[in-house]
Amino acid sequence: MLEVKGLRVAYGGITAVKGIDLIVRAGELVTLIGANGAGKTTTLKALSGLLRPAAGSVHYNGQDITGKPAFELVRLGIALAPEGRGVFPRLTVEENLEMGAYVREGKGNHRDHGSKTAIAADCERAYTTFPRLAERRKQLAGTLSGGEQQMLAISRALMCQPKLLLLDEPSMGLAPIVVQTIFATIRAVAREGVTLLLIEQNARLALQTCDRGYVMESGTITLSGEAKALLNDEQVRHAYLGE
Amino acid sequence: MDIFFQQITNGLLLGSIYALVALGYTMVYGILGLINFAHGDIVMVGALVALSVMMALGASLPGVAVLLIAAGAAMVVCVVLGLFVERAAYRPLRRAPRLAPLITAIGVSILIQYSAALIWGKQYISMPELVKPAKIVIGGVQITSTQAFIFVLALSIMAALLWFVKTSRMGRAMRATEQNPDVAGLMGVDTTRVIAFTFALGAAIGAIAGVMVVLYYGQGHYFMGFMLGLKAFTAAVLGGIGNIPGAMLGGMLLGLIESLAAGYIGDITGGLFGSNYRDVFAFLVLVLVLMLRPSGLMGVRSGDRA
Repeated sequence: MLEVKGLRVAYGGITAVKGIDLIVRAGELVTLIGANGAGKTTTLKALSGLLRPAAGSVHYNGQDITGKPAFELVRLGIALAPEGRGVFPRLTVEENLEMGAYVREGKGNHRDHGSKTAIAADCERAYTTFPRLAERRKQLAGTLSGGEQQMLAISRALMCQPKLLLLDEPSMGLAPIVVQTIFATIRAVAREGVTLLLIEQNARLALQTCDRGYVMESGTITLSGEAKALLNDEQVRHAYLGE
Repeated sequence: MDIFFQQITNGLLLGSIYALVALGYTMVYGILGLINFAHGDIVMVGALVALSVMMALGASLPGVAVLLIAAGAAMVVCVVLGLFVERAAYRPLRRAPRLAPLITAIGVSILIQYSAALIWGKQYISMPELVKPAKIVIGGVQITSTQAFIFVLALSIMAALLWFVKTSRMGRAMRATEQNPDVAGLMGVDTTRVIAFTFALGAAIGAIAGVMVVLYYGQGHYFMGFMLGLKAFTAAVLGGIGNIPGAMLGGMLLGLIESLAAGYIGDITGGLFGSNYRDVFAFLVLVLVLMLRPSGLMGVRSGDRA
């Protein structure tokens, strides 16, 4: 579904991603783990169109999408829930969710999945998953707690009905109980057939959740394989699982 | 007491025009962080285009029809001009340091002013009489039917704009782009188009304001956008720049302050200063706001920016 070859991304004069190869197959749950500053977020920004790659190619379902801007990629079904919340602080929770469905409301989509009722139904689904959001639907998103903002960011990314969902550090800075809820949601989304690429610093949790994993270190991929195999890998255990 | 209510009425009327112009400043600032100093001059172009149409059509059509055609032409020209300025002058500088687009804006302002001087000349252009306005007197306060029309139209445009930004898809995209352009892009918003649309919308509202100024003062001039623009900018800062209801409130308040000050300054200073000092008050307000409350009356607290 997603095929990345020789991706290089330069960020403010520094090459943060130094030519990586990566494959995500349809229906898979793949994680990219690594330490702070390894280039994970930069990779995801390039894949979602927020940064232009300096070299390399990205193919999505066989189509070359290298360097396409974010707003076009969403239309193709690629959504990103960005790192550090990224909610619209002065829109209400509900308006944030509606923004997630922005592409569905486009021209010629007013029936079926783009209709007001279909979008409202998906909002309700988000509220069922995260009752906290339902309580705060008319509240400005900037007033939510970090965990609530993360719930909102993920729910919002799902509102565009993505085929490929990119998640950047969904557990960052959250209480363990909230992390549990968020990861339960991620697994549920995967069961519905959405393909996921997940970036995490919590390597254990990520590898326990995903099918396959890549390990990133200072801009390059140093290891890859089945998540279970990586969990038992000597190097990974030592460097990322603290054993 | 009559003069008091008369000045309040004048102030609200003038303020409603300031508010419309201030919207152009505040919407662009909200979305780009850019003070588009050329906006006052776009309003001027709207006014002069409308005057040209009025003079060309003269008495060949009913006055109201001439007025509508003139306003329509002004809007078309201003929208095209606004889009062109955005595309040619500001878009190439989107990633540049903030000072560059600011200086560019001043340059564009001067360019439009002197282009207008070449096209229309430097003399005042008077408006031909199209409709004979009726005088309306309510409780000792006198206004003309034209003035009443300006006021009602200005309020309607403001209400429509608030509704549009609050409920429409484009309005939501505008607010999202303003708050976080990258994330708006992730939602599928083509932010370049939203920014262009914002310029066009500001220019269209500015064009109507320009026609109102012509109706109010009965004349236009290539330099009229300068002072009008500065006052509208002051109004936007007073309300909290970047804030749409703030620009409306700021415009109204500025109109009131100016009118009341102009009405009473002669009495207060024993005739030393006359109402020709009215322009001073707008800038006195600007200085005070910047000193005491730089974020304006309804300004955004910068703390909640992610």
